[in-house]
Amino acid sequence: MTPEPHDVAVVGAGPAGLGAAAEAAGAGLDVVLIDAGQRPGGQYWRHAEGGRGQHWKAYEGLSRRLGQVRRIPGTQVWLITRDQEGFTLRLTGHDPVTARAVILCPGGYDRQLPIPGWDLPGVMAAGGVQALLKEHGTAPGRRAVVAGTGPFLLPVAVALARAGVAVAAVAEANPVTGWLRDPFGALAAPSKSVEAVRYAAAMTARRVLYRTRTVITEIVGDGRAEAVRLRRADGTQEEIAADLVALGWGFTPSLELPIMLGAETRLDEDGSLVAVVDGSQRSTADGVYIAGEATGVGGAALALAEGRLAALTLAGSGKTARLRRAVRRGRRFAAAMRRACPVPAEWTAWLTESTVVCRCEEVPYGELRRACHDLGADDARAVKMLARPGMGWCQGRMCGFATAAIAARLNGRVATADDLRAFAARVPAFPVALEDLAEN
Amino acid sequence: MSADLVVVGAGVVGAACAYFATSAGLRVTVVERGGIAAGTSSAGEGNLLVSDKEPGPELDLALLSLRAWREDLGDHGGLWEYEQKGGLVVASSPEGAAALRSLAAAQRACGVEVAEVADPVDYEPNLAPGLAAGAHYPQDAQVQPMLAAAHLLRLARERGAEIRLRTEVTGFLRDGDQVTGVRTAHADISAGAVLNAAGTWAGEVAALAEVTVPVLPRRGFVLVTQPMPVGTIRHKVYAAEYVGNVASGDAELQTSPVVEGTRSGTILIGATRERVGFDRTVSPEALRRLAGQAAALFPVLRSVRVMRSYLGFRPYCPDHLPVIGPDPRAPGLWHACGHEGAGVGLSAGTGLLLAQALTGAPAALDLAPFAPARFEAAA
Ligand SMILES: Cc1cc2nc3c(=O)[nH]c(=O)nc-3n(C[C@H](O)[C@H](O)[C@H](O)COP(=O)(O)OP(=O)(O)OC[C@H]3O[C@@H](n4cnc5c(N)ncnc54)[C@H](O)[C@@H]3O)c2cc1C
Ligand SMILES: Cc1cc2nc3c(=O)[nH]c(=O)nc-3n(C[C@H](O)[C@H](O)[C@H](O)COP(=O)(O)OP(=O)(O)OC[C@H]3O[C@@H](n4cnc5c(N)ncnc54)[C@H](O)[C@@H]3O)c2cc1C
Repeated sequence: MTPEPHDVAVVGAGPAGLGAAAEAAGAGLDVVLIDAGQRPGGQYWRHAEGGRGQHWKAYEGLSRRLGQVRRIPGTQVWLITRDQEGFTLRLTGHDPVTARAVILCPGGYDRQLPIPGWDLPGVMAAGGVQALLKEHGTAPGRRAVVAGTGPFLLPVAVALARAGVAVAAVAEANPVTGWLRDPFGALAAPSKSVEAVRYAAAMTARRVLYRTRTVITEIVGDGRAEAVRLRRADGTQEEIAADLVALGWGFTPSLELPIMLGAETRLDEDGSLVAVVDGSQRSTADGVYIAGEATGVGGAALALAEGRLAALTLAGSGKTARLRRAVRRGRRFAAAMRRACPVPAEWTAWLTESTVVCRCEEVPYGELRRACHDLGADDARAVKMLARPGMGWCQGRMCGFATAAIAARLNGRVATADDLRAFAARVPAFPVALEDLAEN
Repeated sequence: MSADLVVVGAGVVGAACAYFATSAGLRVTVVERGGIAAGTSSAGEGNLLVSDKEPGPELDLALLSLRAWREDLGDHGGLWEYEQKGGLVVASSPEGAAALRSLAAAQRACGVEVAEVADPVDYEPNLAPGLAAGAHYPQDAQVQPMLAAAHLLRLARERGAEIRLRTEVTGFLRDGDQVTGVRTAHADISAGAVLNAAGTWAGEVAALAEVTVPVLPRRGFVLVTQPMPVGTIRHKVYAAEYVGNVASGDAELQTSPVVEGTRSGTILIGATRERVGFDRTVSPEALRRLAGQAAALFPVLRSVRVMRSYLGFRPYCPDHLPVIGPDPRAPGLWHACGHEGAGVGLSAGTGLLLAQALTGAPAALDLAPFAPARFEAAA
C-alpha cells in the first residue's frame, strides 16, 4: 500500500526551508523536510558536527519547532513530477516521497567568472572557502586576497582573518554606497535578539585593506596561485602576493526543481535567472511555492521570512500581513543591493583565447568565440551545443552564467533570460546511477 | 531580395539541402526562426543507421545517404566527428535471433553489408553474457548533429548562401498558384523555389501555402552518462526489438535503446518513442525503461551515473517516410521534412536528391515514394 501523501514536502533545509518547515508544522500540517546536507542549516548555518554557527539562537529556535516534521537528511531530490494526488519526489538512496504541495527552498551556489588563472590551485569560490572554514575550521592558505563584488565578501574576509589567515586585501569591484555599515539590511539578523555582525568594524580591527572600485583581472602563478593583479577605476594596476584567492561574484540560484515543475523564471537585477513568485511565495505552477535564494539573492533573514510566508500561505493562515510587509521590505533592500553590486561589465575583455571557461569539459574561451564567429551561434544554447561548455559533470552550474554572458557579448548584446535558461534546466537535478533510474 | 532557393529551417536537413544546392550552383537563402539547429536537430542523437531499416524506400535513401556522408562529404567528416564505428544488433531469444537473421538476409539483398555474429561478446566485451545471436553492420556510422548542421551551413555560406537567423517565415508570396517567395517578420524574399525544411513544424509551414503535409511530433528521451573510458562501448548496440519499435505506428511508449559511446566519453542511451504531442514534462516511466534496458545489455553501466536527460520531437508522417520533392499543389514549393528518427542520417541523401531535382540533373533515386501529395491520394 502506498502511504498517504504528506501535506507538504519542503526541499532544502537552509534558512528558507527551516522557516517553511517550522511554520507549516506549527500550522498543523504534516511536513517532510528533505535536504542534501547531513546537518540542517543550508549555506548560512553550515556547521561542523557539534559546532555552532552565526546567530545560533535563531537556528536553535527553529530546530525546536521541527519536532513533528519527518526529516530526510543527506538525500538529494533528483526528480519531482506532478501526479493526481500532488507530487512525487524521487530521492537518491531513499524511497520516493509524495506530497500534496511542495515548498522549494534549494538556495543557490557561487557564481563564478572564468578570469585568467581562476583554475589554478589556490583559487576558490568565496562560498567554498566559507564552507571549509565552517565545517573544518581551516583555510587552505596563509595569505589571502578576497575579490569580486557584494556584501558576501565581508564575512569571508572576516572569517579568514579569524582563522589566522593574513588577508592581504579585499577588492570590491563596485563603489560602496553606504551599505558597508549595514550590509544585510534591517533584516540582517534572523533573530532580533542577536546583533548583526559589524563586518566593517571587524575588518578595521584586523587591518584588512578594503579597496573599492578595484577589480581582479588575473591570477598568476606557476602551477598554483602566487599573486593577483588588481586594477583600480583610475587604471592603476598592482600585483599582490597571495596563495589563497577567494572569488565572490554573487550567487546563481538553483532552479532545476522549479523548472522541472514548469515554474516560470525571469532575469533579476544582478543578471541571475530567478523563479517568479507572487507576494505570498506562490510560483506560477499550481501547488508549488518557492522561497529563499531561488527567488532572488537576498541573504539569510529574507530567505527565512520567505520560507515562513510560503508555509503560512499554504496553510491558509490569515495572519500573514506583517510577514508580507517584511518580505516586501527585504526584497526592496535586496534589489537595491543587487543593483549596487553588478558584475563588472568589462569582465569578458579580460579573457584570453586559452582561458578555460568550462572546467568539466575543458573548453577554452577561443572555442566559444569560434562557435559564435565561425559557426553562427547567436545564443547560449547554440554555444553550448557547438562548443560543449556546461555539458560535463556539473552541468553548467559553474560556467553557465559566464557562458551566457560570453555568448551574448560575442553577439554584441547582453545575456537574456533565454541565454541563462540554457543552463538552468537539469533532469535529473543531480547525477543518478543508472540502476537507481531503472528502479525509480 | 531574391534567391534561386529559399530554405525554411536551419536544422540538419535544411543545412544539408543548402550545402548541396549551393554546391550545385544555386543562390540560396536559409531562413530560420530560431538559432542554428534550434529544433529537433539539437534534441536527438547522431546515428547514421542502415541496420534498423527494413527493405523499402527508406533503406534505399539511407544507403544513398551513408554513401553521401562517406564520399560527397567525406573531406569534412572531421568537422562533425564522423565515425564509421559500425552497429551491433543483438537478440536475446531464439525467436529474436531468427527474426534478426531473416531481416539481415533481406537487407543484404538490398546492398546492406551485414555479418552474422555467433557470440556478440566477441565484438563488445562488456555486453551481458548469454545473448542468443547478433548481427554486425559495418556501414552504420555517427556524427554530432549540431556540428554537422552548423558546418554544413558554414560551408554553404562560403559557397555564397545567406543565412538569416531569428527570422520566421509567416507566409508565402504567390503569383496565382505559383509560390514565388516567402514573407518574414522582417522582409519579403522572392525566390525561384522555396524549400520547406521545417522539421516537426513543417505541417504549419505547409499550411501557410494552403497545402497539407501531415507531419506530427513523436517524442523521444535520451540519457547521457558520465564520461567513461574509451572502448567501454565500441559500436552502436541495440536489441533486435528496436527495429519493430521504429516501424511501429503505436502511440504508446516504446523503448529499446541504442547504446553508444561518444567522442567526449559520455554514453548515450536513447531513445524512447511516444506520441504525446509537444508535451515537455519528464516521464519517469520513459527514463526507467531506458535505464533498465541499457543496464540489462551492459551490466557495467549499472553503477554509472546519468548526468542528464533530454527530449526531442521527431517529425513523423503516418507512413513513416519523409516528404521530399516538389509539391504539385503549390508549384514552386518543395519539401524536405518528416524524417522522423532518422533525419540526421537521411539529411545528406535528401540534400543530394533535392539539388539534383532542382537543377534538373539525373536523380540518384526515384522520389515517387516520398511525394508530398501522396497522403491526399490515399485519403
Ligand atoms: C560566503 C557566504 C557568506 C554569507 N554571509 C551572509 C551573512 O553574513 N548574512 C546573511 O544574511 N547571509 C549571508 N550569506 C547568504 C546566506 O547564506 C543565504 O542567503 C541563505 O543561506 C539562503 O538561504 P536558502 O534557504 O535560500 O538557501 P541555502 O542556505 O543555500 O539552503 C538550500 C539548501 O537546499 C539544499 N538543496 C538544494 N537542492 C536540493 C535538492 N535537489 N535536494 C535536496 N536538497 C537540496 C542545499 O543542499 C541546501 O542545504 C552568505 C553566503 C555565503 C556563501
Ligand atoms: C530523441 C531523438 C533521437 C534521435 N536520434 C536520431 C539518430 O540517432 N539519428 C538520426 O538520423 N536522427 C535522429 N533523430 C531524428 C532527427 O533528430 C530529426 O529527424 C532531424 O533532426 C530533423 O531535422 P530537420 O532539419 O528536418 O528538423 P529541425 O532540426 O527541427 O529543423 C527545422 C527548423 O525549422 C525551423 N522552423 C520551423 N518553423 C519555421 C518558420 N515558420 N520559419 C522559419 N523557421 C522555422 C525550426 O526552428 C527548426 O530549427 C532523433 C530525434 C529525437 C527526438
